[in-house]
Amino acid sequence: MALAEIKQVRGRAVYIPGDDIDTDQIMPARFLMSVSFDGLGKALFYDARFGRDGASKGHPLDDPRHQGATIVLANQNFGCGSSREHAPQGFHKAGFRAIVAESFAEIFFGNSTTLGIPCVSLPHDQIEALARAVRDDPSLELTVDLERLEVRAGEAVYPCQIKPSARDGLLRGEWDPIAQLLEGQAQASALKDKLPYTSW
Amino acid sequence: MGKSLFTKVWEAHTVRTLPDGRTQLFIGLHLIHEVTSPQAFGMMRDLGLGVAHPERTFATVDHIIPTAKDARLRPFRDNLAEQMTVELTESCRRFGIRFFHENSGNQGIVHVVGPEQGLTQPGMTVCCGDSHTSTHGALGAVAFGIGTSQVRDVLSTQTLAMAPLKVRRIEVEGVLGVGVYAKDVILHIIRTLGVHGGTGFAYEFAGGTIEAMSMEERMTLCNMSIEGGARVGYVNPDETTFEYLKGKPYAPHGEDWERAVSYWRSIASDGDAQYDDVVRIDAREIAPSLTWGVNPGQVIAIDEAVPSPDAVPEGERPNVVDALKYMKLEGGKPIKGQKVDVTFIGSCTNSRLSDLREVAKHVRGKRVASGVKALVVPGSQRVKEAAEAEGLDDVFREAGFEWREPGCSMCLGMNPDKLVGDQLCASSSNRNFKGRMGSPDGRTVLMSPVMVAAAAIRGELADAREVFALKGT
Repeated sequence: MALAEIKQVRGRAVYIPGDDIDTDQIMPARFLMSVSFDGLGKALFYDARFGRDGASKGHPLDDPRHQGATIVLANQNFGCGSSREHAPQGFHKAGFRAIVAESFAEIFFGNSTTLGIPCVSLPHDQIEALARAVRDDPSLELTVDLERLEVRAGEAVYPCQIKPSARDGLLRGEWDPIAQLLEGQAQASALKDKLPYTSW
Repeated sequence: MGKSLFTKVWEAHTVRTLPDGRTQLFIGLHLIHEVTSPQAFGMMRDLGLGVAHPERTFATVDHIIPTAKDARLRPFRDNLAEQMTVELTESCRRFGIRFFHENSGNQGIVHVVGPEQGLTQPGMTVCCGDSHTSTHGALGAVAFGIGTSQVRDVLSTQTLAMAPLKVRRIEVEGVLGVGVYAKDVILHIIRTLGVHGGTGFAYEFAGGTIEAMSMEERMTLCNMSIEGGARVGYVNPDETTFEYLKGKPYAPHGEDWERAVSYWRSIASDGDAQYDDVVRIDAREIAPSLTWGVNPGQVIAIDEAVPSPDAVPEGERPNVVDALKYMKLEGGKPIKGQKVDVTFIGSCTNSRLSDLREVAKHVRGKRVASGVKALVVPGSQRVKEAAEAEGLDDVFREAGFEWREPGCSMCLGMNPDKLVGDQLCASSSNRNFKGRMGSPDGRTVLMSPVMVAAAAIRGELADAREVFALKGT
C-alpha cells in the first residue's frame, strides 16, 4: 500500500484553547451511531460549537477568519479519554492535516498518526505565542516541518517534538503500518504456536 | 536484574521490530463490539483482507443496546443501532468469530464479559477498540484500548505496531477506611498523579492494599488507569487471580490448568524488577471521594469544599473556572447537599456482582428519594442472572431503583438511557466529561456505587458513611 511521504504540513491555523480536551468533546458519542466514518467533519466539536437550536456559540472553528485552516493549535493532554478513532477522522474530514499541542493523549496520538495527521509538541509559552500570532493575523501560514523538527510561523522558528517512530513512519510514507504488519504475518503465526496459552 | 510483568509479556509477544522502530506485537485476545469495529471490517473489505485468527477474537454488543426489556426486541427502534448490530453480527458470521449476542445468555459490557468468561488470562496481550480495555490488566494481562484502524490490524494480522511503555509501580499500603472502596483508591490516585500523569506509562498496582482486593475490585482499579493517562494498568497475578479463573468457561481445565498456573506465576514481576518510577500511596489517607468537575482528576473527598478558582495555581485557573461554570457549582462551597436528578449504578467500572451485593446490603429497607430516577444496570447477563438468584433485584426494586438489562447504558448515553438538559447524575461510571451522558449540558459526578446509592436515597450528594451508618468492624 503506497502512502504519501509526509515531510511538511503548511497552512493556516486555528487555536482551540483548553487543557485536557477529551474525545467526547471532539466527537460527541451520538455521532458514533454509524457503520462508517462518513460525515464526521461536520460533527467535530459539535456541542461546543452549536446550541440546541443549532445557533453558533462562536467557537474558533466557526470564526470566519479561520475558515480553511488546516493546522490545529491546542494545549495539554489533547484528545484524552475514549479511544474513538472518530475524533481524528473528524479532524481529517474537516480538512485538518496537523495538530500542534503542548502534549497529546496516547491513543489519540496513535490514531491520528495512522491517518497521516502529524501531532507535534511545543512548550506552553510557544503555543501561546503561536495562538496570539494566529489571532492577530489569521492569514499567517504555519509550517510543521518533520524533517527539521520545527514549527515555523513568519520569523519565528520553534523546535518541536514527536515520537521518533511516528516521525519515521510519516517521513517514509509508512504511517499506516498495515503493509508492514502483513509482511510479518508468517512470523506472527509461528509465535502464536509457541505461546503457551494458545494450546489450552 | 529482574523484570516487570509488562516487560516479560511484551518480550513473549514480540514478533519483530518494524522499520519505524516499533514492535510488531502479537495479540492474544481481541474483543470487539458494535461501535468501533464495523468500520474495521469495511476497511478490510476495501483492502481485500480476511481475518487471520478468528478463534482469538470475541464479540459482544454493549454500547448501543437498550436496557429496558421491551426495547431489546429486534429490530431495535433506533434504526442506526439496529444497523450497527446487524453489521457486527454478519461480520462475525462471515469470519467465524464467536459472538455473545443478546440472546446468548452471555451478552454484556465487553470488559465484564472477558474476565467472567475466563477469556482474559494472566500473561496475555489483550486489546479492544475501547479505552477501558485496561480493565483486563486486573488479571495480570497487558491490556489496552485501540482505534478502529488498529482493530483492522488485529483482525487481519493478529498483531499491532506498538512502542513499549515505561512502567510506574504504584504501591498502596494500609487498610482502607470505612466506606472507602476500590473506586475511591483509583479516584485518589488520579487526583494525586493527574489526568495525564500516566501518559507513556503502564501502571503496575501493587502493595498490601491491592493484594487484599478481590478480582472485581482490581478490575475497578485497572479500569480507570486510562483516566490517569496510562493506557495500561495491571496487577500481578496471585492466588486470588487463580481462584477467580478456576472453572470459568474459557479458562484452562484439567492438565492444562497446572501448566497454566505455572506460566501465570512465571510472568509476575520479579522481586528485584526495575521500574521507571515508583509512587507510594497511604491507603489511610483515602476518603470516600467524588468528582466536582469535568475530568476524572477533579476529585475531592465528600466532606471537602469544591475548589475555589482563587485558591488554585494560576495555570490551572482557567480550567477550574470552566469546570465550575459547566457543573453550575460554586467554588469554596461544600459539594455535599447538591441536589441530584439521576443516579446510575453500572458501567465497566462498577457493575459486577460484588458491586451490586455491596449496594443491596445498604439499601435494603430504604427508599430512593422522590423525584430521583435511579438506575441499576448489571454488567452482563451472567451478572444479572446471579444477582437475581440472590434476590438482589427485589431489594433494588423495593427500594425504588429500576432494575435493567445489561449494557453500557448511561455511561456514554449511546442507547436510550440519557440525561436530559442539565440534569445532575451521581454515577458509578468512569467519565465526567462534558456531555458524556448523552445530553450536551448533562452533569456527571463520579463516585463509588455505595455513594451513588446514598445520593439516590437522600436525593442529594451525601456521605454514605452517614446515610448508611457505616461503622468499622
